[in-house]
Amino acid sequence: MSQAAVHSAVEPAETPLTPDSWGKLGMWIFLAGDAVGFGTLLAAYGMMRATSGDWPNPYAVLGINLTAAMTFLLICSSVTMVKALEWLGNGDRARAKVYLFLTALGGAIFVSLQAYEWSHLIHRGLHINGNPWGAALFGTSFFIVTGFHGLHVTGGVIYLVAMIRYVSNRPQPAASYNAVEITGLYWHFVDLVWIMVFTFMYLL
Amino acid sequence: MATAHKHPNYLAILTVVELAVIFMPLGKVTIGVLLCALALGKATLVAMYFMHLRFETRTLGLVAVTPLVIATLLVFVLLPDGFAVVHQTADKKAAVTEPAKH
Repeated sequence: MSQAAVHSAVEPAETPLTPDSWGKLGMWIFLAGDAVGFGTLLAAYGMMRATSGDWPNPYAVLGINLTAAMTFLLICSSVTMVKALEWLGNGDRARAKVYLFLTALGGAIFVSLQAYEWSHLIHRGLHINGNPWGAALFGTSFFIVTGFHGLHVTGGVIYLVAMIRYVSNRPQPAASYNAVEITGLYWHFVDLVWIMVFTFMYLL
Repeated sequence: MATAHKHPNYLAILTVVELAVIFMPLGKVTIGVLLCALALGKATLVAMYFMHLRFETRTLGLVAVTPLVIATLLVFVLLPDGFAVVHQTADKKAAVTEPAKH
């Protein structure tokens, strides 16, 4: 009860941009900043690639079978995130927690697959300062961009696990709805960034 | 929110289309343009429906679009550096090939 009171006191429905809560506005502004970070990395990547004479063919070097599967996995985890919020909206905390767990699991598997992919590529000679196929910056940009995204997924998994606890601690489903929706914003953003990274770094 | 769960199917379909585009007998530029368009389409779907941007206020949409504008400007900021690198590489190549002529 006291927590519901605190909740409404912390987030009065006064913000004109996001009438549900200030937290949502905060997350959107954070994500806008984060998007500039990723935008900078991808713009720099594009410029280095465009001006390089011996940029390796990413499609041939990296292979896309595993990465395509990882992309599907991340999209699926976005779907389970939507489901978690939906169940919470329907007042079913138990199912919401199951779907939050599935989302976190999807993220954890994604990071594990990425670690597997990295170790294979490193074994084949792709290093952060050079590789057998051409421009050294190819490896540099690959590890920095996918690594930056992987860190976001790792952070998201921790965030999601914390949110399972958050939902557990609040008997009223409505008390955690807004916070879970904000978590969803972050998680879908990580999915959105991966769509871009997958296209620019693997497919093109 | 009830509409949100109907859209993920499109994302999966678009990803399959992306993979199919790579194997299509098209020009490199055409494939590139198609892939960029598909990626932007997917990103828009995620933002609009998963992140509920379609159901938020227009001003919040401006917050969301700002990074896109900055990223576009960034490309132009980087262009001079890019040209400089290309010129340097060309000069170096010229310097390497010239003595060989003598």
